[in-house]
Amino acid sequence: MSAEAQGARADARAKREAQKAKDKRAAELQKQYGHRKLGFKQTFKRYWQLWAMALPAVIFVAIFNYGPMYGIQLAFREFDFTKGLTGGEWVGFKYFKQFFDSPLFGTLMINTVRISLWTLVMGFIFPIILALLINQIHSSKVKGFVQTITYLPHFISTVVVVSMINLFLKPDVGVLTRALGVIGIHSDNFMGDPNLFTPIYWISEVWQHVGWNSIIYLAALSSVDTALYEAAKIDGAGRLQLIRYVDIPAILPTCGVLLILNMGGVLNVGFEKVFLMQNTLNIDASEVISTYTYKIGLLQSQFSYSTAIGLFNMLINFAFLIIANQVSRKVSNSGIF
Amino acid sequence: MSATATSPASKGLDASNGKIQAPGRADIPENKKHITQRTPGDWVIDIIIWALVAFVIVSIIYPLWFVIIASVSNQTLVNNGQVLVLPKGFSWYGYEQIFQDSRIWTGYRNTILYAVVGTLLNLVITLPAAFALSRSEFRGRRLIMLFFTITMFVNGGLIPTYLLYKQVGLIDSWLVFIIPCAVNVYNLIIARSFFETSIPEELHDAAQIDGLGYFSYFVRIVLPLSSAIVAVIGLYYLVQHWNDFFTGLIYINTYEKQPLQMVLRDILLANSAFAGGSGSTAGAGYGQELADQIKYGVIIASTLPLLVIYPFIQKYFNKGVMIGAIKG
Repeated sequence: MSAEAQGARADARAKREAQKAKDKRAAELQKQYGHRKLGFKQTFKRYWQLWAMALPAVIFVAIFNYGPMYGIQLAFREFDFTKGLTGGEWVGFKYFKQFFDSPLFGTLMINTVRISLWTLVMGFIFPIILALLINQIHSSKVKGFVQTITYLPHFISTVVVVSMINLFLKPDVGVLTRALGVIGIHSDNFMGDPNLFTPIYWISEVWQHVGWNSIIYLAALSSVDTALYEAAKIDGAGRLQLIRYVDIPAILPTCGVLLILNMGGVLNVGFEKVFLMQNTLNIDASEVISTYTYKIGLLQSQFSYSTAIGLFNMLINFAFLIIANQVSRKVSNSGIF
Repeated sequence: MSATATSPASKGLDASNGKIQAPGRADIPENKKHITQRTPGDWVIDIIIWALVAFVIVSIIYPLWFVIIASVSNQTLVNNGQVLVLPKGFSWYGYEQIFQDSRIWTGYRNTILYAVVGTLLNLVITLPAAFALSRSEFRGRRLIMLFFTITMFVNGGLIPTYLLYKQVGLIDSWLVFIIPCAVNVYNLIIARSFFETSIPEELHDAAQIDGLGYFSYFVRIVLPLSSAIVAVIGLYYLVQHWNDFFTGLIYINTYEKQPLQMVLRDILLANSAFAGGSGSTAGAGYGQELADQIKYGVIIASTLPLLVIYPFIQKYFNKGVMIGAIKG
């Protein structure tokens, strides 16, 4: 086949493709334009089924997510059993002041921030390390095996995890108590020691979720163009340098977004786990805002006070979310809004 | 348990690699290259990597394995630290006690009811909404998405929620396990992203030509193609219901309505107060050592359903979570 004929054929193909693209664009324009011309009646006739499909979810969310939000005004009112949720007298910031002046305020804030920051930082670092590690495994069978094993604890309930911790760390006889004794870490009662509450909390948290949280980084790593590795190898990069200069930059944007989302929950220490791990001995280190809200609100029926504390908690979270997002935008140009 | 389940997971990962390199063809030469170019430094790194991987595997799986062997071992040996790798002094005592404990069966029955009905409602509400929101011609989609997304960051808090449930009569009713959590926005976003990216638009064009409305298009064409996402979302919801402890704690007063997790807490954790001499609830009649064996057994009995389902569904995880990651 001569070069000329080949060129002509390529030309023809290019022309055909250009024509196709043009047609498609025109069709799209027409489609868009067509839609815009539709009146309300026609739009409804054509799309009511979509609305009908979305409607149940909207109704559920409106009632059970937005309903309680309307009730937040309780934080600024006296609760009155006879007048219902919003009928009480307006008292402004009375309950917020009461919280700030409370002797427990400092302890609660410190405990909440300490537990959640440790969990946030460790729960952020370890999945990244694990993902980089799993990514180094070449055999896909081994890779799958490691992933299967590491995801498993994610699905175990909090009650079971906490009771496992209790059993393992039982004074003198627990399997972990013994193991830690061997490497020189002793305590009369691990679960009763206020200083050990935070480490036990975050280590068990990492144990449970490290595998699951690494999936997203593995996804980012698996989409790296292999040509990058080849190019780096030709430039003389070793294994560690491949990780440093190819893998880590590939997951940085994902890290950023996840860090922001985590920051938004900085005061949201999981109620369930802290609550279940609490005992009379470690309460000084383990009382956090959410458990306090529960005790004040439901056990002592101080509805307005509890609502005010909850609202304060949410506002702090929101502030952290916004700050983290702004910082991330400045630093890495990626944010969630 | 996991040996059978490994290959599907890796397949999922390979599939995502597929766009870069054809599976099988490019893999083999690359491996060979590694062998030929291997330097002493590479060997050291390899050994370190394998050591780390082994460490991760052992530290994650051993606690679970220990619970299994401790549940069927003589508790004196367990407490002496002699049961480490395999069961010793075989004893079914813990499981015998569990089978006779009516609380566990009530809890089990309740949780199965809540989980099955709840998950069905979740899917029936979430999937159509996710589909509708995945259609670009749906005018309200941006607004409705915003409406949903806000709830991920803002909520009413414990007391306003409690009072609302009280108003609508959900307190101490089994419906509280099912109705309020009908939509999980995170799962909705995952499903929407799946419909957006994995269902070819041509199918919709063809369906329109055939005169199918959105309802029948969704039910007859989209759903049969979406078994992966239905499995993943279904599992997420199922696990959420199965592990739900909070709802029982806050909104349920009658013990007969309590789900398994609350019963577990009674047996597993309230009993630990008994060690200090104050509790008189579960297992108080047993010696402390035997109470421990019951606890190990209960942990297994309550987690077993999950361990049975897990290998079948985990192959979809990578896919499901990755889809969520794209647009999450």
